Amino acid sequence: MLAGMDSFQATIDADGRIEPRDAMPEGYRKTLIRQIAQHAHSEIIGMQPEGNWISRAPSLRRKAILMAKVQDEAGHGLYLYAAAETLGVDRADLLDLLHSGRQKYSSIFNYPTLTWADIGAIGWLVDGAAIVNQVPLCRCSYGPYARAMVRVCKEESFHQRQGFEILHTLCNGTEAQKAMAQDALDRWWWPSLMMFGPPDSASTHSEQSMAWGIKRHSNDELRQRFVDMTVPQADVLGLRVPDDGLAYDEETGHYRFSEPDYTELYEVVKGNGPCNQQRLAHRVKAHEDGAWVREAAAAYAAKRVAREGAA
Amino acid sequence: MNDLFVYTLRLGDDALIAAQRTAEWIAAAPQLEEDVALGNIGLDQLGQARSLLQYAGQVEGEGRSEDDLAYFRDERDFLNLQLCELPNDDFAHAMARLLYFAAYQQLLYEELLSCADETLSGVAGKAVKEVAYHVDHATQWVLRLGDGTEESHRRMQAGLDALWPYTAEMFESDDLVRRLPVAVDPSTLHDEWDRRVLAVVDESTCTRPEASYQHSGGRTGRHTEHLGYLLAELQHVARSHPEATW
Repeated sequence: MLAGMDSFQATIDADGRIEPRDAMPEGYRKTLIRQIAQHAHSEIIGMQPEGNWISRAPSLRRKAILMAKVQDEAGHGLYLYAAAETLGVDRADLLDLLHSGRQKYSSIFNYPTLTWADIGAIGWLVDGAAIVNQVPLCRCSYGPYARAMVRVCKEESFHQRQGFEILHTLCNGTEAQKAMAQDALDRWWWPSLMMFGPPDSASTHSEQSMAWGIKRHSNDELRQRFVDMTVPQADVLGLRVPDDGLAYDEETGHYRFSEPDYTELYEVVKGNGPCNQQRLAHRVKAHEDGAWVREAAAAYAAKRVAREGAA
Repeated sequence: MNDLFVYTLRLGDDALIAAQRTAEWIAAAPQLEEDVALGNIGLDQLGQARSLLQYAGQVEGEGRSEDDLAYFRDERDFLNLQLCELPNDDFAHAMARLLYFAAYQQLLYEELLSCADETLSGVAGKAVKEVAYHVDHATQWVLRLGDGTEESHRRMQAGLDALWPYTAEMFESDDLVRRLPVAVDPSTLHDEWDRRVLAVVDESTCTRPEASYQHSGGRTGRHTEHLGYLLAELQHVARSHPEATW
């Protein structure tokens, strides 16, 4: 066993990949299960705020793109649950942990999608932030997670371009469409910045995850990267980022920006966001309403096996 | 009105309204694999709708786009089958509908493959492969639910029975389909549809549904009360900004 742990550390030190059958410290396994499950849960809860607009998408082309996008998220949920299962847990158990509130999902999905422009803002900002968070995970030390992230990131960058394009069309449209786009940016900007988690000074899981090669950059580094990437895009759209403290710093080559109100993040994480209860209740209802269907599928499969055995 | 326009609109409206109902399952399906599968099926239906509505607009020749036809027509102008607009009462109802509708579309598109209208035969060529998957997916679920647990059997039977009175409408013949050379007279599809669908019902251990009355009216724009709500939701944003492009 000691040899196993030595080889674990040697693999981490050499920036290699840990695979499911390799020895790994219990803390490493638990951290990954928590993180991958939370990521999978975020994908499937994230289907709701966007799914909310499928029936009302304002053109058939936009409806098709949105359906495909929400379907991709279900697909991401599937690969991520499969990646978590390589660590010796079951999807059904992880779903129970989500449904009982013992595992979390990204707090961003506890905000409501109030207008069509929110679908653009989610693609542009939320998927944009997700990409900044997730690209480094393609080099995560755990092989199955890293490989799942390669595919997820490719699709996310497609989603981000689609979101930008929705807003670009709105910003070049009628006055009402422009106002809708600005309103969406005003509401989604700060929650998007908080997707990178608490400031480094207050982050509880970061240090160990960095040492294990699960996390590659600090929350604040990623947040800065997101701001640097997004502000020039807002300029292209002709939208105003709702931060009076925002300014380009010639010396560092980075944007300076105001500190988000993290008390809001902590409240939403605790369950006090606008849609926490609604999102979870919707998920639990879909799961409970589907129980008889899953039971039927299992019963039918068992009958088939029994008949084949008898034949 | 132009016969080909009306005929294409019928097929396009069927696909559009079916897609709108199928999409309601996304983020609400019994398991994640089903969210993906029904997402695929809804996208196929929507793709068929777009091709058909675009073509209908061209045939009409008054400059209406797929979106003009989808978003700026009123309830009485929609020509879809009532079967397509009924609500998704439960998953068994949804699978009964998919079996009935996709089996009909499959036979229809198989015939349209050889019709003299190149656009319609082209749409059919793509769609025929898609609906074969829809039929297979629905068949697998009708078998699982019919021959699964007591509860699933009861629900599957209820779904098959509830939608059966909306199936005869698919096969109604009228002057238009008899007059228009490229149209398929749907009455010619009925016997084969019956054979295929009832074979699935029999294997599922459900009882063959019967009906003392068959609904009708969709092809002339007389619908159930459900369509108005469906369209209100579908059309709301586009109609609130009639001058906008998206």
